[in-house]
Amino acid sequence: MTPRTIEMQLSTPTLDASGQVRTVPLGIARRPSESVHDDFGADHMLVNIGPQHPATHGVLRLVVELEGETVKRVIPHIGYLHSGFEKLGEYRHYNQIIPLTDRTDYLAPMANNVAFAMAAEALMGIEITERCRLLRVIACEMSRIISHLVWAGTTGIDLGAFTPFLWMFEERERIYNLQESWTGARLTTSVSRVGGMMADTPEGWEEGLRDFTRTFPKVLREVDTMFTRNAIWCGRTQDVGVISAEEAINYSLSGPMLRASGVDYDVRKDRPYLGYDEFDFDVPVGEHGDIYDRYRVRLEEMFQSVRILEQALDRLEPGPINVSDPRVILPPKSQAMSEMEAMIFHFKQVMEGITPPAGEAYVGVENPKGELGYYLVSDGTAKPVRWRIRPPSFLNLAALPKLCEGAMLSDVIAINASVDIVMGEIDR
Amino acid sequence: MNESVTAADDAAASVAALQARFSDGVVRHRLVNGQHVVHLAPGTAKAALAWLQVDPAQRFNYLTDITCVEYRDPELELEVVYQLRSLSRRVDLRAKIGLDPEGPLSVETVTDLWKGAEWLEREVWDMFGVVFRGHGDLRRILMWETYAEGHPLRKSFPLRGHWSRAEQTRQALDANPEAHYSLEELSIAEAYRELPKDVQARLAESGRGPLP
Repeated sequence: MTPRTIEMQLSTPTLDASGQVRTVPLGIARRPSESVHDDFGADHMLVNIGPQHPATHGVLRLVVELEGETVKRVIPHIGYLHSGFEKLGEYRHYNQIIPLTDRTDYLAPMANNVAFAMAAEALMGIEITERCRLLRVIACEMSRIISHLVWAGTTGIDLGAFTPFLWMFEERERIYNLQESWTGARLTTSVSRVGGMMADTPEGWEEGLRDFTRTFPKVLREVDTMFTRNAIWCGRTQDVGVISAEEAINYSLSGPMLRASGVDYDVRKDRPYLGYDEFDFDVPVGEHGDIYDRYRVRLEEMFQSVRILEQALDRLEPGPINVSDPRVILPPKSQAMSEMEAMIFHFKQVMEGITPPAGEAYVGVENPKGELGYYLVSDGTAKPVRWRIRPPSFLNLAALPKLCEGAMLSDVIAINASVDIVMGEIDR
Repeated sequence: MNESVTAADDAAASVAALQARFSDGVVRHRLVNGQHVVHLAPGTAKAALAWLQVDPAQRFNYLTDITCVEYRDPELELEVVYQLRSLSRRVDLRAKIGLDPEGPLSVETVTDLWKGAEWLEREVWDMFGVVFRGHGDLRRILMWETYAEGHPLRKSFPLRGHWSRAEQTRQALDANPEAHYSLEELSIAEAYRELPKDVQARLAESGRGPLP
């Protein structure tokens, strides 16, 4: 058998009919009057990033004005995930609002649940039980760890490090399993109620968390080894996206963004809630206010969260998780069926809902992304007149144009990642 | 517990100093759930806020939040709420400016005092229609720029909106492509040349033109 030869027609012949080398001009779509090198002139270029772009961490849209590769101006556009939670809250009972808080900062849902319950309790002057307090501390710190894990993992991917992302998501999965066994949901936890918790932890749950606190720091140290002295990581993050302490205060930054600039303010330390002042933990504070310091602050915060979790587990003792206050917590079923008064309370709560007195309260808590504030205004009815969310990443993102001044285009991705935004909370 | 008592006392001292400085400027002072609230007269509110920020004894250098409250009772004033904080003194204070919900809603901007106010004021404009005089970039922020249905967090705005769902969908589908970029962005660079002549003319005149 003779070998077959196939003659192929190249789609772009190199020689044309007259034997000249055929070239395809790159600027073929250009108008004839323009020269090939028009793009490299003094004109500024407008680049649109997002809203559907993996590096914007959600449906954020950035319009970037470039001169060459240098950023002249960044104009963020938000609102693509606007759901009208604040408006919706005015038509809901207080406990019905808690599921909405899951969906704001969906990377740390339990911390939002706790913050909302605290705001409603401040409105009503309710003191929660000891076990409830410790469970809430545990919920907040678990949220801090998973939120920072997502942050470090995705920021690593943005800067080209894929492996630590997988390690961190493996650890995050363990917390999600704990959340699932406690609340029945992985993401939409709705773990708190006004005056208590949705449920107590199931049997053996505390051992599961203890196991996590024992083994998790090992993974964190591996992440530390991969990032902290990594030449690429340092080169991409050090002295990039710098903001000074005065400016950070003036821009109302909060959380790790504020502390990385050297401002020593942590709501847990300076306005202790949930008895955080009884816990022994440190607040990491940066000095340069760049991406690298934000990374160091968040990494250290995870180690500190583990310390708090261990102390909270040590103190956790059996006891009631709900206050015995018939205004907010249903009386036991046996009482409601046998005692007149208990039945009236049961009826009023089910039919009317929790009714705080007229007044208002602002409660700020240290969420993973910064200070989350809930401002509730009541007119004495069962639905709030105003439920304002003070979203930390909304205010942190507002400083993005400032942070990106004079940066390179590739730095915009790194700076945007370092802000640690979550669009569910920004757009609400 | 002890610390919060001290903080509340410090806030009380700040309120007293504010009342001494701006006697008529402080309309009312209340203590609600342990938090101090001062109602400022609209005329001198900006001066009072500026004084609170820079006075060496006050140092309210951190603007926690700006928001707005409209009550269900139409007799009550609509309030623009400023949550102030002194980071160095660890003191919080809430200042409010009352406005007539029927009248023109307008207060002076504080963006020259706190940069963080830029987006917060845009949000209050977007959601409540309060105009912040002197704000350099008072655009809608959560709703899109050509959104014409009103200001969603006003009590007169129904939960489902003013228009029918069909009309809302039609409006969204008919949205002017020009709105995908703000006029400010369109003024940048090459995009400008691609614009229709009338948009170029509008940009050359006055930027965005008068507020809707």
